Amino acid sequence: MSFLTQRLRFLPWLPAYMAVYFLFLYLPILLLPVFSFNDAATTTFPLTGFTTKWYASLAGNTAMLEAARNSLVVGVCVALLSTVLGICAARAITRYRFRGQKAAAGLIMSPLFLPEIIVAVSLLMIVLAIGLELSLITVILGQTVFCVPYAMSVLVSGFEGFDRSLEEASYDLGETAFGTFRRVTLPVVAPAIVSSLLVTFTISLDEFILAFFLAGTSPTLPLYIWGQLRFPAKLPAVLALGTIMIVLSIVMLTLAETLRRRAERRTRMASAPPQEA
Amino acid sequence: MTATALAAETSPDRPGRRAWRRSEEARGLAMISPTFLYALALLLLPVLVVVTYSFWTQDYLEIDRTFTLENYRQALSEPIYRDLFLRSLWISLAVSVATVVFSYPVAWFISFHGGVHRNLWLFLVTIPCWTSYLLRVMSWKVILGYGGVLNTGLINLGVIDAPLTSLLYNSNAVVITLVHSWAAFAILPIYVSLQKIDRSLIEAARDLGDSRLRAFLRITLPLSLPGVISAFLIVMIPTVGDYVTPRLVGGKDGMMIANAIQAQFGKAANWPLGAALSVTTMVLVSLSAAAVVLALRFALGRMK
Amino acid sequence: MTDRTMIRIDAVSKFYGIYKALDAVSLTIGEGEFFSLLGPSGCGKTTLLRSIAGFETPTSGEIHIDGVPSVMLPPNRRPTNMVFQSYAIFPHLDVAENVAYGLKRLRLSREDEARRVGDALEQVRLAGLGKRQAHELSGGQRQRVALARALVMRPKVLLLDEPLSALDKKLREEMQVELRQLQKAVGITFILVTHDQYEALALSDRIAVMFGGKIAQVATPKEIYQHPRTRKVADFLGGMNFLSGRILGEQAGTVSVDAARFGAVNLGKPPGFTAADGRVTLGIRPERLRLLWDDERAPHELSGRLENRAYFGEVTHLSVGVEGLEAPLSMVETNSYGADDLPIGAEIRLAYDPDAFVLLAEDPPVSRV
Repeated sequence: MSFLTQRLRFLPWLPAYMAVYFLFLYLPILLLPVFSFNDAATTTFPLTGFTTKWYASLAGNTAMLEAARNSLVVGVCVALLSTVLGICAARAITRYRFRGQKAAAGLIMSPLFLPEIIVAVSLLMIVLAIGLELSLITVILGQTVFCVPYAMSVLVSGFEGFDRSLEEASYDLGETAFGTFRRVTLPVVAPAIVSSLLVTFTISLDEFILAFFLAGTSPTLPLYIWGQLRFPAKLPAVLALGTIMIVLSIVMLTLAETLRRRAERRTRMASAPPQEA
Repeated sequence: MTATALAAETSPDRPGRRAWRRSEEARGLAMISPTFLYALALLLLPVLVVVTYSFWTQDYLEIDRTFTLENYRQALSEPIYRDLFLRSLWISLAVSVATVVFSYPVAWFISFHGGVHRNLWLFLVTIPCWTSYLLRVMSWKVILGYGGVLNTGLINLGVIDAPLTSLLYNSNAVVITLVHSWAAFAILPIYVSLQKIDRSLIEAARDLGDSRLRAFLRITLPLSLPGVISAFLIVMIPTVGDYVTPRLVGGKDGMMIANAIQAQFGKAANWPLGAALSVTTMVLVSLSAAAVVLALRFALGRMK
Repeated sequence: MTDRTMIRIDAVSKFYGIYKALDAVSLTIGEGEFFSLLGPSGCGKTTLLRSIAGFETPTSGEIHIDGVPSVMLPPNRRPTNMVFQSYAIFPHLDVAENVAYGLKRLRLSREDEARRVGDALEQVRLAGLGKRQAHELSGGQRQRVALARALVMRPKVLLLDEPLSALDKKLREEMQVELRQLQKAVGITFILVTHDQYEALALSDRIAVMFGGKIAQVATPKEIYQHPRTRKVADFLGGMNFLSGRILGEQAGTVSVDAARFGAVNLGKPPGFTAADGRVTLGIRPERLRLLWDDERAPHELSGRLENRAYFGEVTHLSVGVEGLEAPLSMVETNSYGADDLPIGAEIRLAYDPDAFVLLAEDPPVSRV
C-alpha cells in the first residue's frame, strides 16, 4: 500500500475507506467457501473442523446434476443467441448511421433499465397467451432478451476502436466483402466476441427471476438452489455448490476481461501511430 | 437552387446511384433488424400485453375483456398494495442513494488515483457483482442471522451480550443486501464520467484560487453528474422490482411489490391485477426517478 | 513520364444531400506523373481521391482509369491502390502478412509470393522486419508498410491520402525525399492529397489547387507558385503582397497597369481575363522585393519605413510601410547582411522587378449548396 499512502497524503481516510468498502464487497463472497469446508451443518462461528464431505455429497446428487446440465444447455444457447444478436446490433450502431438508430438501440438496451420481474411477468404472459409450453426453450428466449444489452456493451466497445479504413484497405487490395469480413473484421473483433460469449454465459448461469417464471418443470441451477434453501440441513451442500459456481464465474470473467483488454490494446495501438522516437 | 432542381440534378442518370446512397441506411437497418425484431417481439410486445391485461378482469378461470379501471383502483387504494408500493419506492430510493454515495469515492479513487492499475481495480470491484445473486443474498442471511457471523462476532468482541434480532428479516436487511448487489452498477457509470473530465479543468480551478474541496465541488462533481444520474437510474429502477432479496432477508416487514406481483401470477391467479400492479410499479418508479434526477440537477445548479 | 493519359475525370460531381462536395471537376493525369491535389480541409480533395479509389460513387460524371470507365467498379476491381491517412495496418497480422494481404487472392506460388513481399519491403527499406507486429512499429515504419502493401499489388495508380500528416516535421521531410525517389523508381502514377503547399511544391510534377469542391488551377509547381491565377490560389501557396491597380491600356497578350507607387507595369494577360471597371488586383511575392543597403542602387526602387520585424532563424520577415499603399509590404530577407538587426522605424529602400508582378483574377463565388 506504500504507493497509495504516498499518492494520498492529502486524503488519509481514503485508503481506509477503500479497505472497508472492499471488505463489504468481498465478505459475503468469501464466507461461502469458508462454511462449505466446515464440518458443522449450521453456518455459525466458531468453525468446527475441515471437511470435503459437502462437495462429495454433490457428486451423487442426481437432481443437482440434472439442474446443472439444464443450466449448461441454457447458458450455451443464451450465450450464442445473445452474442449473435449483439453482433448485429453493435455493428449496425458502430458502422452505420440511419434514422431510428437511437430508438432501436434504446429498445434493445432497455432491459438494463427495467425491473426484471416485469420483463419476466410480461414474457410469461405472452408465452402462455401464444400457447407455448414452459420449458428450457422459453428460459433461453427470455434470458436472451436480458443478456443482449450486456453482449452489446461488450461488443460496441470492441467494435468502436475498429478503424473503418482497415476494411477499405482490404477492399482496395482486391478482397471481396465476404473475404474482408473473414480476413479482417472477424479476426480483429474476435476477442470482443469471445468476451461477450463468456459474459452472457455467466449471467445466464446465475440468472434466477426469468428462470423462476419461465422454466416450468425443468429447473436450472439457481432454481435448484432456491428449492434447497427451504431446508437448513441442506445449506452446507448448497454452499459447496455455490463455491464451485463462484470459482467458475471468476475464471470465466477473468478470461473475458483478459481478452477484452487484449482486443482494446490491439485496436488502440493500431489506430494511433506512435511518434517516432 | 430549389429542391426540385436539385432532385432533378441528383436523380439517376445511372440507376444504381440513388439506390447506393440509400443502401448505407438500408444496410444499417438490415443489420440491426434481427436484434430489433427480437426485442420488439419479446420485450415491447409482452409489455404491451401486460398493459392490455391490466384493463381486463379475472373471472375465475376466464378473462373478462371489458375495459375497466377496477384493477388500478384496487392497486392504488387497498392498504396492502399501497404499503407495498410505498415501501418498495422507499427501499429503492434508499438503496440507490446509499449505493451512489458509497460508490462515488471508490469511483473517484480509481479514476484519479488508480494509476496504471485502473483496469485491475475496476475488475476487482465488478467481480462480486458477477457471482450468483441468489448465493450473495443467502450469504447476507448467514451474516445477519440470529446465530450469524455478525452476531457471533460482536458477542465475541464483547460489544453485545445477546444476539441482535434487529439485523435480519426487515427493511434494513433488504437495503444492505441490495446496496451490496448493485455496487458495481453504480461505480462503473460514475467512473466513466469521471474519466471524461479533462484534468486541466481541475488544475485551472486550483490555479484560479479554489481549494481542493472547492475545485471538487465546483468542477469535478458537476461534470460527473451524468454518471451520477445514470448510476442512480440503473440502481433505482431495477431494485424497485426485486423479488429474491425481500423473500430471503426481508421477513414480513420487508416484503416488496414484486412479491405481491408474483403472488398474483402464482397462488392468487389474478393476472389482470398482477398486470396492473406491474404497470403501476413502472409508472411510479419512473416518476420518482424523474423527480430525483430533476432535484439532483437543481441542487447542483445551485452549487455552481 | 509519358504523354499517355492514365486518369481522365469528366465533370465529376458529388452531393451529400444538398451539399456539393465536388462540383463538376474535370482533370486528366498522365501515366507516370506525380500529381498532387492541394487545398484546405473540406475542399473536396479527399472525396476526389476516394472517388478514384472507388470508396465514393460520384453523383454524376465519369472517371476513366487507363481507358476503362470506372465509376461503377468496386474498389477491389480497380487497378489503383491506396495509402490511407491512418495507414490502416491490419493489427492482427505482422508486417509480411500485411504486405502479402492482397497477394493471397492472386494464388501465387509460395516462392513467388515471398519474393514479391521481400522485394516490396526492400523497396521501402524495411527488409528484415517482416516478422514485426503492427503495434511494434514506429509511425514512419507504419507508413512504409502501408506503401509496400499497396505497391506489391503493382497498381497502375498509387493513391496517397495525406500520408505524411501524422509524422513529425523532420521525419516528414525525410519521407518526402523518399517518396519522390520511390515514385521515380517504380514509374507509376502517384496521386497525393495534401493540405501542405510545401509538400505539394516539393514532390509534384503537377498540382491541382482546389477550393469549395472546384479546381481553381492546375499547373506545375513553379508555374502555380509564380503565376497563380486567382487571389485565393496565390494566398494559399505562400505569402503575397496584394495591391490594387488601374488599367492603362490593353494589347493582344498583355495589359499595362498603373501599380500605384510601383509605377506602370506590363503584365501577361491570364486566360479569360476581364476587368469591367478598369480596376485589377496585382500580386508580388515577398521574396521578389529586396532590401537595398547603403549606396546600392537599383533600376526600380521604392522607399518606406520598417514597421515590424520577425526573426525566423535563416530569414527575417520585414513589414515595410510605403506611403500611398493601402497595406504595408511584406518581404523576406536572408540574415546574411543583418536584416535581423534593423531598428523598427528605420527608413529603408527596396528594389523590385516590374516583371515579378502577377495579374490576379477575381475568385469565383463559392456556393456549396
